[in-house]
Amino acid sequence: MQGTVDSATPTVVHEEHQDLRVLGLLTFLASEFLMFAGFFAVFLVFRSSIAEWPPKETEVELLLPAVNTVILVSSSLVINLGTKAIKQNDLAKMRLWFGITAAMGAVFLVGQVYEYLTLGYGLKTNLFSNCFYLMTGFHGAHVFIGLLLILGVLWRSRRAGHYNDITHTGPEMAEIYWHFVDVVWIVLFTLIYVLTLF
Amino acid sequence: MAQADLSFNSPVAPHGHPDKWKWYHYFTFNVDHKVIGIQYLVTSFLFYLVGGFMAVMLRTELATPDSDFLSPELYNAFLTNHGTIMIFLWIVPAAIGGFGNYLIPLMIGARDMAFPKLNAIAFWLNPPAGALLLGSFYFGGAQAGWTSYPPLSEITANAAQTLWILAIVLVGTSSILGSVNFLVTIWKMRVPSMKWDQIPLFCWAMVATSILALFSTPVLAAGLILLLFDINFGTSFFKPDAGGNVVVYQHLFWFYSHPAVYLMILPIFGIMSEVIPVHARKPIFGYKAIAYSSLTICLVGLFVWVHHMFTSGTPPWMRIFFTISTLIVAVPTGIKIFSWVATLWGGKIRYTTAMLFAVGLLSMFVFGGLSGVTLGTAPFDIHVHDTYYVVGHFHYVLFGGSVFGIYSAVYHWFPKITGRMLNEPLGKIHFVLTFIGTILTFTPMHALGMQGMPRRVAMYDAQFTDLNQLVTVGAYILAVSVIPFYINVLWSWSKGQKAGDNPWNALTLEWTTASPPIIENWDVLPVVTHGPYEYGHEPEEELETVS
Repeated sequence: MQGTVDSATPTVVHEEHQDLRVLGLLTFLASEFLMFAGFFAVFLVFRSSIAEWPPKETEVELLLPAVNTVILVSSSLVINLGTKAIKQNDLAKMRLWFGITAAMGAVFLVGQVYEYLTLGYGLKTNLFSNCFYLMTGFHGAHVFIGLLLILGVLWRSRRAGHYNDITHTGPEMAEIYWHFVDVVWIVLFTLIYVLTLF
Repeated sequence: MAQADLSFNSPVAPHGHPDKWKWYHYFTFNVDHKVIGIQYLVTSFLFYLVGGFMAVMLRTELATPDSDFLSPELYNAFLTNHGTIMIFLWIVPAAIGGFGNYLIPLMIGARDMAFPKLNAIAFWLNPPAGALLLGSFYFGGAQAGWTSYPPLSEITANAAQTLWILAIVLVGTSSILGSVNFLVTIWKMRVPSMKWDQIPLFCWAMVATSILALFSTPVLAAGLILLLFDINFGTSFFKPDAGGNVVVYQHLFWFYSHPAVYLMILPIFGIMSEVIPVHARKPIFGYKAIAYSSLTICLVGLFVWVHHMFTSGTPPWMRIFFTISTLIVAVPTGIKIFSWVATLWGGKIRYTTAMLFAVGLLSMFVFGGLSGVTLGTAPFDIHVHDTYYVVGHFHYVLFGGSVFGIYSAVYHWFPKITGRMLNEPLGKIHFVLTFIGTILTFTPMHALGMQGMPRRVAMYDAQFTDLNQLVTVGAYILAVSVIPFYINVLWSWSKGQKAGDNPWNALTLEWTTASPPIIENWDVLPVVTHGPYEYGHEPEEELETVS
């Protein structure tokens, strides 16, 4: 995909430039994080200005999200093993670790949906539930996109040699995105769940 | 793909594109930054007419104190969409998308942007956004002004307001994707011989613009998403009766929309720094000061947004903090203004239309900047908040600043883009009409505001009639002023005098290639041997024979 086949030949016309996609993704994610920061700020404003937060009828569940957090955070380590493997040209291992990551992400999403179904209140119940569903929902959408990216990498890796120790920007970008989703979740979990303990 | 054996005259370039783009390529998903730049420019100049038509309708209504020309709903819809279109579909896409895309790779010696496909995606988000805005008129048009403050935006024309939100989210996404591209391109794609202090100042300005867009646009998206949920999905983020808070929306909105003001002027500052040295035949005064002041505006500009909210129950400490931070912006802006004046000083000034618009911008922007300083000061702002004084101020910086800058850029780079010169006499007629129209339209607004006329109204007290009619006459002159311009562009594009590679004897890299540039810009990348503005150092026959 990178067109660096003849990088040894000095080309006069139409040379390819270096692969800047990772840099581009990082720049984009810096921007994307600010959108979540906007949501976080809104949440904190409401939290500091409303006496009972969260209100009695919308208490949050703690155990399931805590388990989910452990799953998501450890999946970040697993996907890192995957990119480490491809950097050593071990395609089979990469596929294995990426597969496990995808499974963990899917479990996280299922857990999230299960939590929604069992909470007993909905998006419209009150301001807290507005924030709760909007923020976790947006994060969930990002997890879903991350999952699609990982599945995309797995799909492309079915052809031998598509990813190798030199060409592995795809897995690398999927990993970076997955870490991003993870970091956002840690902040989100702290704000929505952990802070209710205090 | 062995490419080394291809000679310079190779008829078909190896990337599978033709030797030259045909007209229909400009209507397709094309990854060439020059095609994308032209797509942005043409689209935005079309929407300029749409937004201008709405302005003329508004001013016609305001020619008399009574509401007798437009229905109240249509007036509000025109008011909202005039602002929205002029900002999001005219100035931003023309200055950032159009000139940014066209010029940056050419100025830094790159063959294209870092992510050409992403670039094309960013452009193609714009036409649907425009379609959504125009389509919203089917549902009555959004009524709540370009700021769309709740609760008004939540209780009027829900369907149209929803389309409005989606349109803004689309152009916001486009702006973020574009900014990623600009930053990475300027950072990584410069021709190797170009050092950081040899980058044209327009590119420095685009660095600042892109950082600002990257950090502020997503926050607006967050606010608009909450608004969307409030309108359509029964949440109550901004509904006070259910515990929500309307001021939170204002914070999210202005955290983007104040920087948006700088998004619309920083590229223009960059254009000024290009046009003035070329037509004054002098090195730019204070290269580093201008470059760093762009970054300073970008940084400080992220912390001034509350000056739009001095009357929103803002606590005194906030008023003090944000008054001070706002006034600090005047310093880097002043550095630029004085640097341009110092560049002009003693220069061999050529009164081309591009230069006339640049100097016109200088005078307009000083005036608009000063009225901005008065508005940024909380004690004064409280009295003129939401009056025509504000409308006068921001039109001075946006029309007298940004639009003059875009005009200047068109006259300056049209020869590069099309290979043909614009007609100078028509250009001068255009300039004179625009200059007079601007003063006539936007100066009386300050007086109206000081006398207490509120903005966004269709009816006003009869005592304001005379000044309002003056404003309306000015607006008609501005409407007429675009006629010679559009005729000039359309005629010159096919029939204008041939420009040659470098009609202005300019030193930046875009003038080292053909006009219009070939696909992928150069056969052999240029080598930078001098700074972008070293006029007077280079042997220049024209200057030497005259002196």
